[in-house]
Amino acid sequence: MTTLLPPKFGPYGGQFVPETLMPALIELEQAFVDAQKDPAFRREYEGLLASFVGRPTPLTHAKRLSDQLGGAQIYLKREDLAHTGAHKINNALGQALLVKRMGKKRIVAETGAGQHGVASATVAALLGLECVVYMGTVDIARQEPNVFRMKLLGAEVRPVTSGTQTLKDAINEAIRDWVTNVGSTHYLLGSALGPHPYPTIVREFQSVIGIEAREQMLRDVGRLPDTVIACVGGGSNAIGVFSGFVKDEGVELIGVEAGGSGIASGKHAARFGDPEKARVGVIHGTRTYVLQDEDGQIAETHSVSAGLDYAAVGPEHAMMRDNERAFYTSATDTEALDAFQTLCHTEGIIPALESSHAVAEVIKKAPTMRKDQVILVNLSGRGDKDLNTVIKEMQKSSES
Amino acid sequence: MKNRIDEAFKNKPIFMPYFPLGYPDLETSIDVIEALATPALAGGARENGADLIEVGLSFSDPLADGPVIQQATQVALEKGITVKKSLAAVAELRKRGVTIPLILMGYFNPMLAYGLEKFISDAMDAGADGFIVPDLPPEESEEFEAALIASAGDREPLPLIQMLAPTSPNERMESIARNAKGFIYLVSVTGVTGARTAISDGLGDLINRVREHTSVPVCVGFGIGTPEQAAQVGALADGVIVGSACVKTIGASEKPIEAAKQFAAEFRSAINETTHDHKLQF
Repeated sequence: MTTLLPPKFGPYGGQFVPETLMPALIELEQAFVDAQKDPAFRREYEGLLASFVGRPTPLTHAKRLSDQLGGAQIYLKREDLAHTGAHKINNALGQALLVKRMGKKRIVAETGAGQHGVASATVAALLGLECVVYMGTVDIARQEPNVFRMKLLGAEVRPVTSGTQTLKDAINEAIRDWVTNVGSTHYLLGSALGPHPYPTIVREFQSVIGIEAREQMLRDVGRLPDTVIACVGGGSNAIGVFSGFVKDEGVELIGVEAGGSGIASGKHAARFGDPEKARVGVIHGTRTYVLQDEDGQIAETHSVSAGLDYAAVGPEHAMMRDNERAFYTSATDTEALDAFQTLCHTEGIIPALESSHAVAEVIKKAPTMRKDQVILVNLSGRGDKDLNTVIKEMQKSSES
Repeated sequence: MKNRIDEAFKNKPIFMPYFPLGYPDLETSIDVIEALATPALAGGARENGADLIEVGLSFSDPLADGPVIQQATQVALEKGITVKKSLAAVAELRKRGVTIPLILMGYFNPMLAYGLEKFISDAMDAGADGFIVPDLPPEESEEFEAALIASAGDREPLPLIQMLAPTSPNERMESIARNAKGFIYLVSVTGVTGARTAISDGLGDLINRVREHTSVPVCVGFGIGTPEQAAQVGALADGVIVGSACVKTIGASEKPIEAAKQFAAEFRSAINETTHDHKLQF
C-alpha cells in the first residue's frame, strides 16, 4: 500500500485516519495526480482564478509604512483583494474542481475565522455542490458577518458545541460527517493540515500566491525580497507564498504564529514558541508539532484571531523549521491589534487579524534592516470580518 | 502464559462490550468493567458475561466516535483520567480476578505522549491483551508494530487489532486480513461509533469477503444497539462489539454495576439464542 506522492515531510505528516477514510484519501490523491497532468483541468482552474477570483492579486508598495518604520521597503501581496476577501478561495476552488472530477456532489468544510467557510460556500454555489460548513460556536460569535455570508451563499452552517468550540472541534465534526457520508462527500479541508494528500494539495493550490509574488517582485521591483513574512495558523497562506521562494536560498522565510496573551501566559497558539506545551504528536490525521498536556490531550489555545487559534501546525512547516529553511516567531494579540491599526492608518488597508500578525512582525523587523532591503508580506485577508472583535478589543484597552 | 484472546474465541460468537475507564468516575468504571466480565447468574455460567472487553482510553479529540462515547470520554477527562491511571485500573481488574481478554482502545497521541514502548510495556505488565487504535491504518502501523516487538522482550508480542471498513476495496482487505493478528475489527457501517436503527443488509457479504482472506476471527462493531441486532450480527460474525449502547445504558443508570450485569446478560443470551437457532438449521 504505497502512495503516489510522498506522504511525509521528513518525520511529519502521514495518514493517521480510520480505515473507513483511507480509500477516500487514495481516491483523492489519484484524482489530484491525474488533474495535475490534465491540461484541461489546469486551463479550467487557471481560467477561473483569473475570471472569478480576480487573479493575479496586486503587489502593493507600502510606502508610508516603510517610511514610518525607517528601514526595509515593504511590499504587500494583496490576497485580501481576492474574491471573498482572502487566499482561502485559491484552494477551495481547486479542490471543488477535483470534487467535480471525482463525481461527488457534496462538500463539508471546517472554518475558524469563516474565510475558508465563505470560500467553500462560494465555490459550491459556483459549481452547484451541496455545502455544509462546521464552525465552533465561539467562532460563530466572533465572526458573525461571515456566518451570514455563508448562509447567503446557500451553505448550511452547523454550529459545533463540543470541546473548545473552535477550529479544532469544527475539524473533528467535519471529519465525522465525512466518515459517515464518504461515498457522496468530499472533505474540503482549508489548511495545509490533515492526512496526506491534503497538505500537498493545499500547498499546490496556494502556490499561486508565491509564483505570482515572485514574478511581480522581479518585474516591478527588479529583485527578490530579502525576507518573506506570513502568518501561520495551519499554515496555508504561508506555505503558498513560501513555496515561490523556497528554492531561492538567499530569501529568508518567516512564519508568525499567534502569541495570544503571551507565551508565558499559556494562552496562545504558538506551536513552535512554547517548548513546555508543544511536542510532536498526532492530531487530525497528521504528525506535527501539537500543543498538548503531559498526558497527550490536545491543549486549549487562544488567539484574538480565530484563523490562527489552532493547536497544531501544518507538517511541512514543521519540516521547514527543523531544517531551518524557515524561521518561526509569534506576535501577541496586542501586537496584532496595533499592527491592524497601523496598516489602516498608513496604507488605507484594513487587514484581517490573522494577517495583522504578519504585519506585526514587519513592524519589528523592518527598522532593523537597511532602506535598500525588501520585505514581502503576504496580506492573506481583509479585516471586514473582524470589525466587531477589533471594536470590542479597542474598548477594552481604552477602559483599562 | 496462554493467549487469552485465542481462549476467548473457543466459543463463538463472542460478546465484546466497550467501556471507557474513568466514566462516570474511575472507581465506578472499574466496577462496571468487572461486572461486565462477571457472569450475572449465581454459579457463573460463562454465557452471562462478556467474553472480551474493549477498555477505552480517553482522548480530547475522538474523531471516530459518535456523541455518546465523545461525551463519556469527555467526562472521564474532566474527572482526571490519564493513561497512567487507566493502566493501573487494568492491573486492578486483573487483581480482582478478571480473566477475560482486555483490549485497550484509544487514539494514538496519548500513547505517543506516554512514550510508545513504555506504554506498550506497561500495558503488558498491567495485563492488557492487545490494542485497538482507530487512527492507525496499516499505512501508519509500522511504528506501533515495531514497538510491540521491542516492548515484548522475550514475551509474545501483543496484537495491534486491524480494522476493516465497508469502504475497504478487495485488495486492501486482502492485504490487511492476511496480516491480521488476534481478530479483525470489521466496521459494519461508514461513520462514527453509535447505535443505528438497522443492521446493514450487506453485512453477511461483507463478512464473507473478509473471511476469504483470513482465518482469524471476524468481529463486527459500530451501530449495534439492541440485543436483537446483536443476535442478528452474532449469527454472521465471530464476535459482536457493542460500544455506545453499553456506555449509554450504564451511564444513564443510577445503579451502574447492576445495569452492567443486566446489560451483559441480555446481550449474551440474545447472542446465544440466535447461535443456537443458527446451529439447528444446519
